[in-house]
Amino acid sequence: MTSMPMLDVRDLRVEFPGRHGSVTALDGVSLTIAAGEILGVVGESGAGKSMTGLAVQGLLEPPGHIAGGEVWLDGRRIDTLSEREMQHVRGREIGAIFQDPLTSLNPLFSVGRQLIETIRLHLPLGRAEARQRAIALLAEVGIPGPEERVDHYPHQFSGGMRQRVVIALALAARPKLIIADEPTTALDVSIQAQITSLLRKLCKEHGTAVMLVTHDMGVIAETADRVAVMYAGRLVEIGPVADVIARPSHPYTRGLMGSIPTLGARVPRLQQIDGSMPRLDAIPKGCAFNPRCPHVMPRCQTERPELRPSGSGLSACWLNTQAQERAA
Amino acid sequence: MTTPALTVTHLTRLFNVSAPWLNRVIERKPMAFLRAVDDISFTVPSGGCLSLVGESGCGKSTVARLVTGLYQPTSGQMQFAMGKDGKPLAAQMIFQDPYASLNPRWRVFDIIAEPLRELKLRDTEAEIAERVGELLTTVGLVPRDGRKFPHEFSGGQRQRISIARALATEPEFLVCDEPTSALDVSVQAQILNLMRKLQDEMGLTYLFISHDMSVVRHMSDQIAVMYLGRIVEQAETEVLFADPKHPYTQLLLDTIPNVADPRRDRVPQSGEVPSPMNPPSGCTFHPRCPQADARCAAERPEMQAYGDGSRVACHRVAEAMAALAVPTVGNSTGQRLSA
Repeated sequence: MTSMPMLDVRDLRVEFPGRHGSVTALDGVSLTIAAGEILGVVGESGAGKSMTGLAVQGLLEPPGHIAGGEVWLDGRRIDTLSEREMQHVRGREIGAIFQDPLTSLNPLFSVGRQLIETIRLHLPLGRAEARQRAIALLAEVGIPGPEERVDHYPHQFSGGMRQRVVIALALAARPKLIIADEPTTALDVSIQAQITSLLRKLCKEHGTAVMLVTHDMGVIAETADRVAVMYAGRLVEIGPVADVIARPSHPYTRGLMGSIPTLGARVPRLQQIDGSMPRLDAIPKGCAFNPRCPHVMPRCQTERPELRPSGSGLSACWLNTQAQERAA
Repeated sequence: MTTPALTVTHLTRLFNVSAPWLNRVIERKPMAFLRAVDDISFTVPSGGCLSLVGESGCGKSTVARLVTGLYQPTSGQMQFAMGKDGKPLAAQMIFQDPYASLNPRWRVFDIIAEPLRELKLRDTEAEIAERVGELLTTVGLVPRDGRKFPHEFSGGQRQRISIARALATEPEFLVCDEPTSALDVSVQAQILNLMRKLQDEMGLTYLFISHDMSVVRHMSDQIAVMYLGRIVEQAETEVLFADPKHPYTQLLLDTIPNVADPRRDRVPQSGEVPSPMNPPSGCTFHPRCPQADARCAAERPEMQAYGDGSRVACHRVAEAMAALAVPTVGNSTGQRLSA
């Protein structure tokens, strides 16, 4: 990638101060997304994947705050902007798609009114022009009969159609980056496929960078270009999606892939990762995964591994470092 | 797997969704009923696992509630086989959300002991304590955990507690309504492995409800696919995955994201599940079906059994099978099939 990335997150650290000292929700997360690229962010609940999306948008719930690192969007640093300036960045430059399409739309206003409001807030358009653009957006996200549908209220749309409206809202001001947080989790499988292919199509057509946050490896496999795997607030592996899925390098990614029941061969017993993810106030020393790791070494319990090149991606594991040292 | 543990015949459940009486009188609206489960029949093999799959609103959870007696059927019969003690099999249920199905104010010990106390299965507190400890060990927790409250456990551990509670009365039949859909994949694997282990050790029979085809494939011997309150196809797991006959089953299998073999360039089929309030005529799938014709819109297909043990409710499948069985020269249907 020679050109400058659209989103560049460098060593991001998010802390939540509390009565018993502060809790680190994100610890040294670095990632980039190029224009027209979809980066999948996966992990289990509490791994920090949604937190990454929120931190980029400046939407952390106080007292949570960015305690270190930088966020660059299209060559401009945005984590230091004031709340007022951030409001112009959100919507105009960063679009957001959330999990539940019913709660992200206002039930009291027609979808057209919500779209027109968003369009006119960010673009210098008149009422009639904005309405035309709203209809064009609804048509673009595949809603049949957009001329009539624009005056309907959210409850008149089905779940899949509502999520299309939410995508239209996110696209309203032609943002450079879209953060989609579990966009298909609330939908049925047959609708899920429609939404992910729509997201892919729009991303390629407009050259929008997309951060796709999900827990579903299947969605990542069919939608993302690259994938970042998170565990306990840290990035453990990042790389091209085909390589991470076919040849996962980090033991956590390997366990995660093994625990998914596949449609191919039927196994008598699924591979399982024993235990569960540590609480954020009790992250083990060294590598956060070491108590659950089948390949744990003494070094893992004391020293934290950094992201190092491994195959075509990066992986934070002492095993890989050891293998490379041996090879050298 | 010879005798069925549960035989369900022509089960139907309607819900009254009418407007209030005064509105009906003034606005002259008729009574309205929602057919949540519409004339379904199936059997669950003893010691086996039958899965019901389908999208939201297809009635699979209503079937679970009918089988456990939480709803009364509008019509139709459910017949449990005789258990080891000569009485009909007792059914217990594992619910979807382990955060909502455990009383947050009770200690885990009391949650698991409640069925024992209520049904007077143990005489003394000491025996109850012993049994609760045993159950906690069975599901991979330790007896000491009984003193804690549900909030002190993670999602996967809570689901283990639900399983222990369901096992307390020594049921031989478990109804599992989406037991892992609220869990992370690595934890889901732990729970699925535990359920398989318990099935092998205790000879449990499962009625497993899920929307996740890959989980269903891992767990079940037989699968029944539901669409708008009806079963459209039922077959052995391997038969269903190798040779899905009903167009809806094909659509379902086609749209699952596949980690091992992703198809990124596919064009998804359009359309959505219609409202169960106002289901389409004839075969309820016909507005979305690529093979539908006038007959599908007019006439409801009946379940038909085929040679490989599958049962399918589809006019097209029935016609294709009939054409294969009696090959008539010059018949256009036969030629199309052989070509």
